[in-house]
Amino acid sequence: MKASLLHVQDLHKSFGSLEVLKGVSATLERGHKTAVIGPSGCGKSTLLRCINYMETPTTGHIYLDGELFGEKEVNGKNIRMTEKELARQRAQVGMVFQGFYLWPHLNARDNVAIAPMKVRGMSKQEAYELAENMLAKVHMSHKVDEFPERLSGGQQQRVAIARALAQEPKLMLFDEPTSALDPELVGEVLKVIHELADEGRSMVLVTHEIRFARDVADWVMFMGDGTIVEEGPPDNIIGNPQHDRTRSFLRQILEH
Amino acid sequence: MEFDKILNLGGPLLLGAVTTVQITIAALIMAIFLGLTFALVKLTRFRALHWLIDIYVELFRNTPVLTQLFLIYFGLAYLGFKVAAFPAAIIGLSLNGGAILTEVFRAGLGAIHHGQREAALAVGMTPWASLRYIILPQTWKITLPPLGNYAIALLKDTAVVSAIAAPEIMFYARNLVTSTFETTLVYVLAAALYFCLSFPLARMVERFERRQSAWQ
Repeated sequence: MKASLLHVQDLHKSFGSLEVLKGVSATLERGHKTAVIGPSGCGKSTLLRCINYMETPTTGHIYLDGELFGEKEVNGKNIRMTEKELARQRAQVGMVFQGFYLWPHLNARDNVAIAPMKVRGMSKQEAYELAENMLAKVHMSHKVDEFPERLSGGQQQRVAIARALAQEPKLMLFDEPTSALDPELVGEVLKVIHELADEGRSMVLVTHEIRFARDVADWVMFMGDGTIVEEGPPDNIIGNPQHDRTRSFLRQILEH
Repeated sequence: MEFDKILNLGGPLLLGAVTTVQITIAALIMAIFLGLTFALVKLTRFRALHWLIDIYVELFRNTPVLTQLFLIYFGLAYLGFKVAAFPAAIIGLSLNGGAILTEVFRAGLGAIHHGQREAALAVGMTPWASLRYIILPQTWKITLPPLGNYAIALLKDTAVVSAIAAPEIMFYARNLVTSTFETTLVYVLAAALYFCLSFPLARMVERFERRQSAWQ
């Protein structure tokens, strides 16, 4: 039997004395999409950032494609990988940030092409071709030569998505991809993510867009206070939540 | 008559100008190297090194460069290390500039949002690649104006190394004054020479800044 694409095993994360994740386990199969929802500070972003080791978990393990992620076994003990080994693994996971974080000294094409060139060793010509294809995918073909500062927030985020796609990742992580956007720009980004989901890409999506989560995800996790309060298919969790905390959260967020 | 005089004085002064330029370039390169290295070390977790760098920066920023030069030139000789004036001048100005530029680069690196690095690591760059392709190009742009100003200040401050008899413009100027008694003329010529070196440099820095601001 083939291993699941992603397996999160009893993840704990503390910042000093503050325990942000208190034992989270989850599994994602290939082609599946999990949405993580919950109030601010519930640990959902930290969970996502632990998956590709942007944060190092305090305890617990991540497995990508059956392979231990971010750690290696030496003499029967798990130790953190070197940065070089970690970089090779991270290249398999695309990440989209709330704040876009496009590189301001590079135009859209170079933002997308630089990792294929410098990480995967593609030629400039190959990388540019890939970049232009990925920018077309996010409907940004008309802006390949623009620098980030000349793009709207929604356009920047779409370039950032193209940048992650250019890694040809096994898994995409979205960390509140529309939370920093003006309301009128949210739609264009959600549309792109929806199209990617329809292509059968595997993704974990942290979001406040409940209706979107319901549309796109096949599994929803509601987190509160560092643990998973309840999880299940979107129609159950969003349509018919069992826990008071989930209900009051959804009521609050859907009223707006 | 006056013209002949200028020609006779100009030769040695031009010779000094060559040394001035050599010292400036060498000290600038070393200072950039030291400043950037120390600023990068301050981004690592080696606390003890932070401490040493802080001490170095504060010592060199809070004492006159003339005093530092004397300490290097005469102090080292006292300890048995005889250093010639020319290398001593370069060492002194490099160490002094390294302290100034450590702060310049530290501020420049600090001005870059941590998300820039995170995004680089997320696409699979190593910390080194992230520094090389993402962080340093942005730091360079931010630090270029203070770096340019430092280079101009350095060029003029090389005058101070005449105090340890490094054969630059002011060293020759003082010798010429002693031998010819043409005090005013000699110093006017020296000033003109500094101006001719500094002014184009300032314009160059300005142009560089303008070109760099094409993005942002």
